[in-house]
Amino acid sequence: MIELQHLSKRYGGRKGQAVQALNDLSLSVQAGCLYGLLGPNGAGKTTTLRILCTLLAPDAGSVRVGGVDALADPRAVRRLLGFVAQEVAIDKILTGRELLRLQAALYHLPAAERDQRIDELVELLGMGAWIDRRCGSYSGGMRRRLDLAAGLLHRPRVLVLDEPTVGLDIESRAAIWGVLRQLRDSGTTVLLSSHYLEEVDALADRLAIIEGGTVIAEGAPRELKAALGGDRVTLRVREFSDEPEALKVQQLLQGCEGVRQVVVNRAQGYSLNLVVEHDGVIEQLRRQLAEAQLPVFALAQSRPSLDDVYLQATGRTLMDAELAVAGSRDAKAERKQQMR
Amino acid sequence: MTSATPSLAPSTATNEPSALAEITQETLALTGRLFVQLQRRPSTLVAGVLQPLIWLILFGALFANAPAGLLPGGMSYGRFLGAGVIVFTAFSAALNAGLPVMFDREFGFLNRLLVAPLRSRSSIVLASVLYITALSLVQSLAIMATAAALGYGWPGAAGLLLVLVTLLLLVFAVTALSLGLAFALPGHIELIAVIFVANLPLLFASTALAPLSFMPTWLGWLAALNPLTFAIEPIRAAYAGSVSLQAVVLEAPYGQLTAGVCLAILAGLALGLFLLIRPLLDRKLS
Repeated sequence: MIELQHLSKRYGGRKGQAVQALNDLSLSVQAGCLYGLLGPNGAGKTTTLRILCTLLAPDAGSVRVGGVDALADPRAVRRLLGFVAQEVAIDKILTGRELLRLQAALYHLPAAERDQRIDELVELLGMGAWIDRRCGSYSGGMRRRLDLAAGLLHRPRVLVLDEPTVGLDIESRAAIWGVLRQLRDSGTTVLLSSHYLEEVDALADRLAIIEGGTVIAEGAPRELKAALGGDRVTLRVREFSDEPEALKVQQLLQGCEGVRQVVVNRAQGYSLNLVVEHDGVIEQLRRQLAEAQLPVFALAQSRPSLDDVYLQATGRTLMDAELAVAGSRDAKAERKQQMR
Repeated sequence: MTSATPSLAPSTATNEPSALAEITQETLALTGRLFVQLQRRPSTLVAGVLQPLIWLILFGALFANAPAGLLPGGMSYGRFLGAGVIVFTAFSAALNAGLPVMFDREFGFLNRLLVAPLRSRSSIVLASVLYITALSLVQSLAIMATAAALGYGWPGAAGLLLVLVTLLLLVFAVTALSLGLAFALPGHIELIAVIFVANLPLLFASTALAPLSFMPTWLGWLAALNPLTFAIEPIRAAYAGSVSLQAVVLEAPYGQLTAGVCLAILAGLALGLFLLIRPLLDRKLS
């Protein structure tokens, strides 16, 4: 349904340093799939979605939606797409219903169909209590629901959402997740970006991890996790260990068969993170630690998570990646880029 | 929340109505939005009438006791000023045409419009033109009615038509300029600054407040080249009872201009400005 091929996009250049937002990004989404784009802020998710929604032209590459070339026939693609942007731009002075009516006219819905459709969506998204109030009084969750309704008015075959649940209360988030699942079940292709691991893990049939403007891993969440193999183990010999002891244990563990990637986690009281091939290895570990007269304060075992997938693919956790870019982005310059 | 309903199934309709119907639908919806905004925040409308009203009443009274025969044709100053204030009203209103567009750019509402499959993105510009034209004509008519009530005259049916056509041409030209600025300037601060700076000097350097014969040569030249003058003089003539396009309405330093020529200049200016800003709009809206 969605085919993005070899997309490149560069911002700026005249003043300040140019930013390579997308670097040969390719992505393919099957019809009827709920697809997640996962990556830290600044990875290129928003740029990808803006190009897909014909708001931005790529420097290179091709975009096809439902077989239509978005660069050659953007209007046909706009008709197929519903887009829920990250920063919700609404007209504060209009009521929610008036905004939906305006949106309906922009998608050329006939008046009768328009009113029926708005009523359906008001019901579906639980907006009845406030849809006739002015948008200026809405909370973040209400705005996002209204925007989702606006994106769904014309029954798009593809719904694109840019970070749909950032900063939302749990109730609104659950409501939006529920609607996205229903949409997928009734045949709509849904593409959403997120920097929440749990969100993509819980929702997506498939996902792509984006970093540095390109796809670095792609697949179903279960496949990706299974491909990592082994279980994640966190071991603490004492509640608060010290470095020499941690290094001693690390050396001991590295000698064990079936143990990989032993890392000392300084931030967590010198606990040790490691990967074990199978359950039998744990028993082996306990025996070896006992022989070396080392106590075991805590030993936690878990299946690999998406965070582990991310760590494996990028060499750092998603949170570290977020922190690394947090200081280096210029919110003002980015607003400018999005302004026409 | 309800369970899955057929309403979530994507649409498969592919029939396409006519382009004109679609453009009308989207333009009217966008224009309607501007009018709803005006209705709920009427301060623009009120200020747009109030300001020229104050001009008319205070400035009109300023020369009430001036010696008779001071002005050409022996008309009273209030009567003379009327045409100038009417034009100034329409001009000020049209100069603000770009503001809503600029706010839509800044707040990202424009992006919402650009994601939609608009049949023609000219609808966005057309909606602004329709809205501002209606608004400025209503404001001008309010001022005309007040001027009539103050005893400054009324142009009559044929004269009214001439007045409205003149105002329409001026409004088109100024709206084009303002919309161009709204897309060319970086933000509303800059746009408001330009509007603020442009407003009064254009008024003073025109024949709104005084005839050319009162001015020094250099200012006379400026006023005789000022588009506001080309709108003021035919309207002033219409108020004086002359509704002929052949009638000479302006004794410019470079020659005599008839009402017809003034209107032609305004029409040319409007057309030229729209052609001028077109590439800019195409670039910003594509």
